[in-house]
Amino acid sequence: MYRIGEKPYPTKIMHDKLYELILRGERLDGRGPYQYRPLELKTSIIEKADGSAMVNLGGTKIIAGVKTSLGQPYPDTPEQANIVVNAELLPLASSFFEPGPPDERAIELARVVDRCIRESKMIELEKLVYIPGRSVLVIYIDVYVLDYDGNYFDPSVLASVAALATAKIPLYEVKNGEVVLNPDIRSSLPIRKFPVSVTIGLLGDKILVDPTSLEESAIDTSVVIGWSDEDEMAAIQKNLQGFIQMSVMDEIIRVSRERSIELRTKLMEAIGRVGTPI
Amino acid sequence: MLERVEHRLITEDGRRIDGRALDEMRPVRIEAGVLDRSDGSAYVEMGKTKIYAAVYGPKEAHPRHLAQPHKAILNCRYHMAAFSVEGRKAPGMTRREIELSKVIREALESIVILEEFPRSAIDIFIEVIQADAGTRTAGITAASLALADAGIPILDLCAGIAVGKVEGRIVLDPSEEEDKKGEADMPVAMAPRMGSIVLLQLNGRMTSSEFVEALNLAKKGIGVLYELQRKALGKKFATFTPVGEE
Repeated sequence: MYRIGEKPYPTKIMHDKLYELILRGERLDGRGPYQYRPLELKTSIIEKADGSAMVNLGGTKIIAGVKTSLGQPYPDTPEQANIVVNAELLPLASSFFEPGPPDERAIELARVVDRCIRESKMIELEKLVYIPGRSVLVIYIDVYVLDYDGNYFDPSVLASVAALATAKIPLYEVKNGEVVLNPDIRSSLPIRKFPVSVTIGLLGDKILVDPTSLEESAIDTSVVIGWSDEDEMAAIQKNLQGFIQMSVMDEIIRVSRERSIELRTKLMEAIGRVGTPI
Repeated sequence: MLERVEHRLITEDGRRIDGRALDEMRPVRIEAGVLDRSDGSAYVEMGKTKIYAAVYGPKEAHPRHLAQPHKAILNCRYHMAAFSVEGRKAPGMTRREIELSKVIREALESIVILEEFPRSAIDIFIEVIQADAGTRTAGITAASLALADAGIPILDLCAGIAVGKVEGRIVLDPSEEEDKKGEADMPVAMAPRMGSIVLLQLNGRMTSSEFVEALNLAKKGIGVLYELQRKALGKKFATFTPVGEE
């Protein structure tokens, strides 16, 4: 019998190696414990989408597209536009992903991205209502994981926020009680905040930021923290099995806050940097 | 525009709409061994939130390719009854229920000694028969008690409670109205003896100092639930007679 909490041998060897390295402040790919992989962000890569962005975070590649349409508001928010987030873990991204409808991981990813955008009050949804209770803008955000080397949360949030911030949406007007499209003008979405998320992996009481796929397979657990601005969190999701020791919680918050500020700066620099999807 | 009448959720003297203090949870009822067919079961009530949990197993893993050579797999289904909410919920699994099933399973995986049962499966079913906020956390409280009731070895019981931010104040165990109108909702589950957090989510906005306050408040509430869980187990096994010794 395996001892309690013991991992299968290949994983255990990796776990112990990573822990040994992290004690010296090192990681397999040469990064420090609190360091992100190189981040590259491009926007407006898909002409047919209202907004789009691609993020490369080390070996993880994510594309997000925004489309809009007219629709009915949800009954509990008659005076707000709708946000609909969908995420797909494409089988071309990794041998861990299989074709088929979104599984629990994809659903979780979409809901965490949704939470970061919705709870941070990123978009002024009240301004996108044409006839209260009847006609509002529906904003669809579709996230596709194209290449997966760990941590799909942070680049998905970055890509979605960048796509929303650069989106040019059709202009609708109310004429004689009817909502009509003005085909000549497109406008930006009313943006209030730029939420970013920071994923932290835990090896016992040690923290490692932005885990790779290899690291994810061996860490004890991880937690995603969404920051709406420098001082305010908007979403948290403990992810993967395993537990967080109470004693490391303060450090998790401190490190994730620092990294979120850094990520937001990079996001702001990149918004509007038009590119191609390669 | 319609005139909005603002109802204050917290009064001047720090009371909530249902009369509770900020750090007071709703009336709690916890029972173990409430369903006879299952290997272990529990019932948890927190205010109007009412939840059953049942455990089946360890048993053969299905389908077989999912079996793990070194430990049992844990399956978890969190489901809400069609009549559990205002209006009628479609009876199938929603995206919310799929996500919550995942985070609850991951929380329980860290307390169950799965290595004890290689190649097998343990199924946990959580059925919300009435939802009035705090269902995932009450679900964890029930599920961990059902695991203990089934005699499955666990490192510790775990219990969960939500903490909310309402009109700028941190409150324990928000009601549905506070959850809907408040600024933030943070479900937390802990294994108290191990001093570890097994589930942590946040919906809504909080500063880091509010987060620390909220986490400490959750810890306090979980301590109370933990004692009630232990009492419920004690009550069940006080009257337990092994088969053949009647």
